[in-house]
Amino acid sequence: MDNESGIQDDNQLTVEQAIANLQGEDLGLRVYAAWWLGRFRVDAQEAIDVLIKALEDEDDRTEVGGYPLRRNAARALGKLGDRRAVAPLMRALECSDFYVREAAAQSLEMLGDLSCIPILIELLNNHVPGTLPAPEPPQLAQPFDSILEALGTLGATDAIPYILPFLDHFLPRIKYAAARAMYQLASDPYEANKYGDRLIQELSNKDLQLRRAVLADLGAIGYLPAAEAIASTLAENSLKLIALKGLLEKQLQQTTPPNLSSGAIKVMTLMDELL
Amino acid sequence: EAVQNLAAARLEGSVPTLIAALGYNNPGAAVAAVDGLIQIGEPAVPALLDQLDRHNYSARAWAIRALAGIGDPRGLVTLLGAATADFALSVRRAAARGLGAMKWHWFPDDLLEIAQEEALEALLFVAQQDEEWIVRYSAVVGLHCLATAISANYVDWRSQILAQLEQMANSDDNWAVRGRVWMAQQQ
Repeated sequence: MDNESGIQDDNQLTVEQAIANLQGEDLGLRVYAAWWLGRFRVDAQEAIDVLIKALEDEDDRTEVGGYPLRRNAARALGKLGDRRAVAPLMRALECSDFYVREAAAQSLEMLGDLSCIPILIELLNNHVPGTLPAPEPPQLAQPFDSILEALGTLGATDAIPYILPFLDHFLPRIKYAAARAMYQLASDPYEANKYGDRLIQELSNKDLQLRRAVLADLGAIGYLPAAEAIASTLAENSLKLIALKGLLEKQLQQTTPPNLSSGAIKVMTLMDELL
Repeated sequence: EAVQNLAAARLEGSVPTLIAALGYNNPGAAVAAVDGLIQIGEPAVPALLDQLDRHNYSARAWAIRALAGIGDPRGLVTLLGAATADFALSVRRAAARGLGAMKWHWFPDDLLEIAQEEALEALLFVAQQDEEWIVRYSAVVGLHCLATAISANYVDWRSQILAQLEQMANSDDNWAVRGRVWMAQQQ
């Protein structure tokens, strides 16, 4: 089945073909193969090897010097769960391309290896040489939200002093990422809830994009006190359901199946109404 | 806000305007319009069926939600098709829940059995086959609701529902779906 764009149908590309394409001459096919290997969770050794190699690619450059293939390879490696990618992704945090650094931070968060914490903190503090100025500068010097989220997920309590200033960042979504990380890192539940409650307040932000972002943050941390506020947020039901799923999964982890906490039942009752 | 006020008035004459509001790409207006249409109920059904938007899946999902909330027998065939075959997951999700929550007492006696059987088969199919966790979740809600609605005489149907839930309790790959199955099993 040929489609008009000339890109092979997802089902037709085979693992062997994708791995071959990633090492081939055609840059378009290489970028696509890197995405494809991540999308279809191809965690074969050889796929990991070629993706790691693609993190140092010099062939695929945008006009201003960005690295599209490296971006896709970095994203894919996070999804494949192989810790061999940790060190190469840490090196990718030093790349001059902002979007490569962003993808690498997100993937390091997914891989869950704590060895990357020190360099993430360096990057948060903007102390990594060679990363500035980025060839395609976005509004920010660094992908702060991805770095903050990774530090929170990785339990990097050493990073707390460096995260705190971001709670007042001028960009709302960076503020949210900082609150989300602090919720995960705070040592006592009372303090943690202060950060969770900051996020709840933002569910009534006037900007729909920001309400969507907060829904995702609350779902990611599974903050139960947000359940009703999530259900009544003015946003798409699909996004509210995904956020509530995050709360539900957190509740399910806290009991032995098939026992259900009262929190789990409350969340599901809210979800039923949004279907 | 205008949509909210119109919805609150519960006037049959407002049906076309409320249906138009489903396509505004404004979740707040759509929620209010769906609520208004459900309150109006039966009189809104013909227009909802007539104007199902084939091209705008977001509007279609809201309209299916309204039909599901009303539960009118005339919506059954549409919900069956939407739950099992619509390409948009938000449409399948809304329809699956609606299939379990039809106003069964509005069905004529001679059609009730066949209608419930169709709903059961569609929900079992969706629970087994749909690739999206939220649609399977919705099918579990539909099956849960249907199980409480069907007459105790239909022992075979009940055992089919219980067997499906048991299978999902152990093997669905999504924890939220399993959680909803456990809730259904415990009630």
